Amino acid sequence: MTETAQVAIDPQPPIIEFAGVTKRFGALTVLDDFNFSVARGEKVTLIGPSGSGKSTVLRILMTLEPFQEGRLTLAGMPYHEPNAGGPFKASDAHLRQIRSHVGMVFQSFNLFPHMTVLRNVVEAPLRVLGLPRGEAECRAVDLLAMVGLADKKDHYPAQLSGGQQQRVAIARALAMRPRVLLFDEPTSALDPQLVGEVLSVIRGLASEHDLTMLLVTHEMRFAREVSDRVCFFDKGRICEQGEPERIFSAPEQPRTREFLASVLG
Amino acid sequence: MEWLSYLPALSRGALVTAAITLSAIAIGAVAAFVAGIARVEGGRVLSTVALCYTELFRGTSLLVQLFWFYYALPLVGISFEPVATGILVLSLHVGAYGSEIVRGALQSVSVQQHEAARALNFGRAQTLLHITLPQALVEMMPAFGNLAIETLKLSSLVSLISIADLTFRAQSIRNLTLDSAGVYSLTLVGYFAMSLVLMLVMRLIERWVRRGAAFPRAAHS
Ligand SMILES: Nc1ncnc2c1ncn2[C@@H]1O[C@H](COP(=O)(O)OP(=O)(O)O)[C@@H](O)[C@H]1O
Ligand SMILES: [Mg+2]
Repeated sequence: MTETAQVAIDPQPPIIEFAGVTKRFGALTVLDDFNFSVARGEKVTLIGPSGSGKSTVLRILMTLEPFQEGRLTLAGMPYHEPNAGGPFKASDAHLRQIRSHVGMVFQSFNLFPHMTVLRNVVEAPLRVLGLPRGEAECRAVDLLAMVGLADKKDHYPAQLSGGQQQRVAIARALAMRPRVLLFDEPTSALDPQLVGEVLSVIRGLASEHDLTMLLVTHEMRFAREVSDRVCFFDKGRICEQGEPERIFSAPEQPRTREFLASVLG
Repeated sequence: MEWLSYLPALSRGALVTAAITLSAIAIGAVAAFVAGIARVEGGRVLSTVALCYTELFRGTSLLVQLFWFYYALPLVGISFEPVATGILVLSLHVGAYGSEIVRGALQSVSVQQHEAARALNFGRAQTLLHITLPQALVEMMPAFGNLAIETLKLSSLVSLISIADLTFRAQSIRNLTLDSAGVYSLTLVGYFAMSLVLMLVMRLIERWVRRGAAFPRAAHS
């Protein structure tokens, strides 16, 4: 086989790749030699007991947490620059470059309380991307319509229900056109009757071919429905992973079986 | 009515008090924001400089500061007009207290707000300007209202570096007439009236800062 042919049949490089990443909080090692990769456009769900390190993985990806060892790349771009003054450091400009490809939806929504819904969505495209106001507002109005909140654009977050706030937060993240979107338990803070409206928005996104999604959730039925792959976390490692059908119907590891039995009741 | 004859002089004094107080509030607010933001956002050098300024002016008495700027500084060849000295020292003094208000309010903005800003790729200055400062401002306003009133009351000390403010005028008239009751009663009323106006203005500013029902108590619509 010729060289060129070989390049042609190479699979796409992963958009996210953790290679031997170690993350400590003081004496507590949360991720130990962590290896994990996600393909472009893949929808991956992280499940596992509380404290197993799922949020930490997302927070590292969002550059909200530094890590101590190993290598992490986003679309081939390392999180740490080799010459940024010491190991595992990166300049602000470099981190902003990385962040421009990643968005995050938080458990507690974290909308800006002093801005209307529309401004929450407009602000970052306007200030960070430098879009003209008209264009940023068009984009925001479209996204608010997509999450079903076009009529709430002049409300303040405190005037919305939790489910509505989370949908605004999703629109706000999407307005930056991230290639990777992270969800950290997006429905855990919601009253049960409001979970559905948020899940249906996320379900809509799951059909977007180009968007890579990493989702931490305890909604097992939903995970089974939307993910390409489910990873079961335990003590900072991926204990078992695979297609949702297999993980949920025929888990191999006893820890996975135990966990699923406990959450599925 | 003897005390009617005090009014022209007292009014002129009140004008001086008002001018000095308003100037000190304006300049002090600038000092408060510069030092308060430097404390939170400045690097090690800037925040240390701001800390020194704050502690120096909070840790010594305003009266001694006035005397130092008025009597001691000229000895090394730096001197200002009395009124300029009074405004400068009063501004720096209340600015030091104000910087603590600014620092506290900025630090009270939740870490989640900072993380949301970072996830949307706001830069540090943008986060401060558009996300944290507007939220902190609402938080600061009641304390700033108190500080404004405090500035008015502290301003009476400038009479001791021979500035003809309301207190100074009252003192002179009393020395002439020996009518302590009349003169000081009028003076109290004068300060109280000014502080009422100041309170009202601060309320209006506070309402403007909270404009648009930014943090409505109203529940779900
Ligand atoms: N800022 C922090 N400081 C110290 N320990 C932390 C911090 N954040 C998380 N941890 C610890 O790291 C571990 C993993 O946390 P996390 O990633 O939040 O787990 P999960 O999201 O799976 O529940 C937990 O033991 C947690 O207590
Ligand atoms: Mg978590």
